[in-house]
Amino acid sequence: MAPILEVENLEAFYGRTKALHGVSFAMEQGGITTILGANGAGKTTTLRSISGMVRTTGSIRFTGARIDGKATEDIVALGIGHVPQGRGTFMDLTVEENLRVGMYARKDKSRVAQDFERVYKYFPRLRERRHQYAGTLSGGEQQMLAVSRALMLNPRLLLLDEPSLGLAPLVVREIFKILSTVHEEAGVSILIVEQNAKLALDLADHVFLLETGRVVMSGPSSVLSQDDSIRRSYLGY
Amino acid sequence: MDIFLQQVLSGLATGGIYASLALALVMIYQATDVVNFAQGEMAMFTTYLAWTMINAGLPYWVAFAVTLVIGFVGGVVIERVIIRPVENAPILAIVIVTIGLLVILNSLAGFIWSYVQKPFPSPFPPQPIRFGGVVIGAHDVGAIAVTLVVLFFLYLFFRYTPLGLAMRAAAQNPMSSRLSGIRVSWMLALGWGLASVFGAVAGMMVAPIVFLDPNMMAGIQMYAFAAATVGGFTSPGGAVLGGFLVGIVENLVGTYVKFIGTELKLTVALAMIFVVLLVKPSGLFGRAAVRRV
Repeated sequence: MAPILEVENLEAFYGRTKALHGVSFAMEQGGITTILGANGAGKTTTLRSISGMVRTTGSIRFTGARIDGKATEDIVALGIGHVPQGRGTFMDLTVEENLRVGMYARKDKSRVAQDFERVYKYFPRLRERRHQYAGTLSGGEQQMLAVSRALMLNPRLLLLDEPSLGLAPLVVREIFKILSTVHEEAGVSILIVEQNAKLALDLADHVFLLETGRVVMSGPSSVLSQDDSIRRSYLGY
Repeated sequence: MDIFLQQVLSGLATGGIYASLALALVMIYQATDVVNFAQGEMAMFTTYLAWTMINAGLPYWVAFAVTLVIGFVGGVVIERVIIRPVENAPILAIVIVTIGLLVILNSLAGFIWSYVQKPFPSPFPPQPIRFGGVVIGAHDVGAIAVTLVVLFFLYLFFRYTPLGLAMRAAAQNPMSSRLSGIRVSWMLALGWGLASVFGAVAGMMVAPIVFLDPNMMAGIQMYAFAAATVGGFTSPGGAVLGGFLVGIVENLVGTYVKFIGTELKLTVALAMIFVVLLVKPSGLFGRAAVRRV
């Protein structure tokens, strides 16, 4: 089977500033890969490049086909759900409307009711609040909503940008538990950028480490979590 | 008391027209942060098109419908051709572009149809309607009804259709909308198209009252600004209520405050803008703007 995502020699630019200097990596179908790295290493930029939100050179293949250079809207429609940093909540829409926005790009809309049921089963609190404005939700609930919004697309690949940012540890654990359930039940591949390296390493089967726009280390998470430099820099023991 | 009711009713009629135009302004403002100074002139221009069709022998409501379609397409084209190239420019530059558009449309209308005032037909019967001691023109009642019908359809569109939802989403959070697969730039163009439709409705409803000429919307646009400011530029519902409120206040002040009369009525709009900006800058129903600088 072709890898679900293959990135080769990716360079990304903000204006004239180069943020990625030739990043290459591949992700197997059904895998969970995490990107570790310090602030400014290019983790978010990597995700934004995949979604076509920054100018790039190099190639990005999704299930074998080139997607670099395509418009964000078209990339999303292929089945790449992107949960942006800061959650991208539509504050003045209700919870249910937020979820409807999430399935806008979906071609097959036959199983809508089941899909609502599915995300409400994962996050029962969203069902309770489905008629409330999303702006009234807590940070954790908004993150649940952001993940759910992406799930409404029925994505084959889910890009998660710092899902734990600014949330209480208990909420973070709940969300990560559900991410691993989603991964098992729906077989969706996940590429996750996360400050909380311990959580990310527990969830992921594959890791790569970015430093100032370059991949400096990659491998199975079981191996890398034993690596001394990773332990010291990212796990803190 | 009858005079009071009378003035309130005719205030509602003109208020409905202000409401339509205010709604057009608010729609574009919400989606793009731009106040479209050409909104009134776009309305005037489409009204001239309606006049041309009616003069050519088309039945009123056919011309009305065709005008709405042309207005929609025209609004989309203006956004694509004129606004799109400058969409990343500073807001002030875009506002200047809309002012340029105002001047161009105004001169073009004068060039094509001349500056001589023309009567514009009303689709409603000329006999006034009597409620007890209050007499109100059938056109006034009709204008209120047309405004309410348009608003109702707009509400249904935004509330219950996927496209309406996508437009609301695009206005609120463009980046997140694109990540949901919504073509944000097309949503903005659609917004201009819809705004232009409301403008066209306002133009065709006001033309029988003020007569058709290239400058007919100048005053109306001022009232629409007042309506949008009073209701809040961030609140479509507020803009509509603001429109009715401005219409009523304008009429009552014109009637009861002797020195204002009809000549100084437009000052009322300015005074309302001033007071609202002083007391509650976000308008009665708007939210305070929070933005990155």
